Amino acid sequence: MDLLLNILLGVTVAATPLVFAAIGELVTEKSGVLNLGVEGMMIMGAIAAFAGTVGTGSYVAGILIGALAGAAMGGLFGVLTLTLMSNQVACGLALTLFGLGLSALIGQSYSGISLPQFPRVDIPLLTDIPFLGPLIFGQDALVYLSLALVAGVAWFLARTRPGLILRAVGENHEAAHGIGYPVIRIRYLAVMFGGACAGLGGAYLSLVQTPLWVEKMSAGRGWIALALVVFASWRPLRVLGGAYLFGGITIMQLHSQALGLQVDAQILSMMPYLATILVLVVISRDRVKMKLNAPSCLGKVFYATS
Amino acid sequence: MKRAFRLLASAGLVAAAAVAATAAMAAEPLKVAFVYVGPIGDHGWSYQHDVGRKAVEKEFGDKVKVTYVENVSEGPDAERVITQLAQGGNDLIFTTSFGFMNPTIKVANRFPKVKFEHATGFKTAKNVSIYNARFYEGRYIAGIIAAKMSKTGTIGYIASFPIPEVVMGINSAYLGAKTVNPDIKIKTIWVSSWFDPGKESDAAKALVDQGADVLMQHTDSPAAMKLAEERGIYAFGQASDMAIFGPKAQLTSILDDWNYYYVDRVKAVMDGSWATKDTWDGLKQKMVELAPYGPAVPDDVKTLADATKEKIISGELHPFTGPINKQDGSPWLKEGEKAADKDLLSMNFFVQGVEGSLPK
Repeated sequence: MDLLLNILLGVTVAATPLVFAAIGELVTEKSGVLNLGVEGMMIMGAIAAFAGTVGTGSYVAGILIGALAGAAMGGLFGVLTLTLMSNQVACGLALTLFGLGLSALIGQSYSGISLPQFPRVDIPLLTDIPFLGPLIFGQDALVYLSLALVAGVAWFLARTRPGLILRAVGENHEAAHGIGYPVIRIRYLAVMFGGACAGLGGAYLSLVQTPLWVEKMSAGRGWIALALVVFASWRPLRVLGGAYLFGGITIMQLHSQALGLQVDAQILSMMPYLATILVLVVISRDRVKMKLNAPSCLGKVFYATS
Repeated sequence: MKRAFRLLASAGLVAAAAVAATAAMAAEPLKVAFVYVGPIGDHGWSYQHDVGRKAVEKEFGDKVKVTYVENVSEGPDAERVITQLAQGGNDLIFTTSFGFMNPTIKVANRFPKVKFEHATGFKTAKNVSIYNARFYEGRYIAGIIAAKMSKTGTIGYIASFPIPEVVMGINSAYLGAKTVNPDIKIKTIWVSSWFDPGKESDAAKALVDQGADVLMQHTDSPAAMKLAEERGIYAFGQASDMAIFGPKAQLTSILDDWNYYYVDRVKAVMDGSWATKDTWDGLKQKMVELAPYGPAVPDDVKTLADATKEKIISGELHPFTGPINKQDGSPWLKEGEKAADKDLLSMNFFVQGVEGSLPK
């Protein structure tokens, strides 16, 4: 029972950075912008949050700084692709390389510093319930934030007018522009929101999961987040499920090894990507469904002619 | 310049070009280059090689011009970076990871005048020397300390890839631990990466959750040490002293000291005495060292560890001394027989008693 509990707690820790980064990217993509720079925004969030926490001594301030750093990276991407109308794929890749380099530069004086363990929520009585207590009421605050964020995004996109407008911009930017919506401004907001979320994901890595700063510590999680959005076929709740599934695979693989079960680590490491390819193949067979979910203007440059 | 260079280094390609550009400007000094697999900020393997690079700079001052490229992945990137460095007029190039072996040999064939030094590999050429440290000696002692300190009788081992170097380390740690506690168990998790702090941390958690109370690692980040400190258990540092991450948790650290080797080899190129060499130094030559024992290590364990170290240095004790069977029970070393270096360097099996299997 204890082992199972620890496994489940481990899954949450592995999944949460993915939830943050993927839900942000989902909003970005829903507005019609493909930002491949998630990895770069994440790592910037990681160093900014770490440096911020060390500097201010406050986790809240550190997390905010991490989110701001991610948003700033998103904003930079916006300037390049929305204002200057550069190619989104190339800029996204550049943003990743830039983020990895810049974070290493900033982080030089922060490697070797360690922070105390991030506090877990502790509600007397409730947290003490065996098994379910620590699982439901005893996680750290960022886990709850990530869940709230997914619920919020799901509600925003499906049930609110601004959410509808955001989707309209992603579906057909010319039509949205035609009826007077500020396409570029909306996309800026979406890209910066995506950046802030990726920054939070990075903050989770450097403040909770390890907790320390080392260069390149995002180690490909940004790419998994990107894959997750496609895997979830642009549905917020599926992003959540997918993140926990991918996190679960990682943790189960580690545990199965320690238990002495024969599973090839390499096969499990490629599972997220393999699953994404499979899902892509399946959903692209059904064109109607594909059109329902994937934003039609994804990755297209918008140029206001009038 | 160095700062700007670090920025570029993330994009291996660009970095290589930058090296070529800067290298073309200089004239007189001996040009030495280092290729690292990780970031120098990893506080482990690459960090320690970089300490060696600085020792070279300090020793020779203006007489050398030293460059480095970090974060070079093992694969096509490596060949490109090494080629660029060779074209850029470097006289001596150190490639510091096992996976750089084939690229190094390939590039060396094309640049016969450039001298190469490859760490931890087994292929030499007219202009390629190899060097390695007998880490297994340190790991044997770590195994002894681990078995002494463990209450649960289970040691957790975070491994990277099933190459001989890593397999040898696990076997050696087990053989050391077994001398203290014949029932000791080693649980191994392969994370398929040299450097992924998040995953290393998750693996450490999994091991602790399954009963390990001493952690050893053959990956490069201090994440496992950090976790050990949090959970109030013990761990061994990797490559460099990780006590800052686990002041209470670190029992000791197996240190790599490349300084004297790098200085010697640069000197050899300068005075023209450089020749292909196969160096495999250990505790005796101080290429492998143990960090100061942590506060948790009691005196009797320190004494035992020091005595073992002395015996290894004097040659009285070889960690791989028979009788040792392979994991499947087939005999490997006879009573009193010592393992040959070439067997160790190509080791691809667990010894009897180690649990789990090697990933293919």
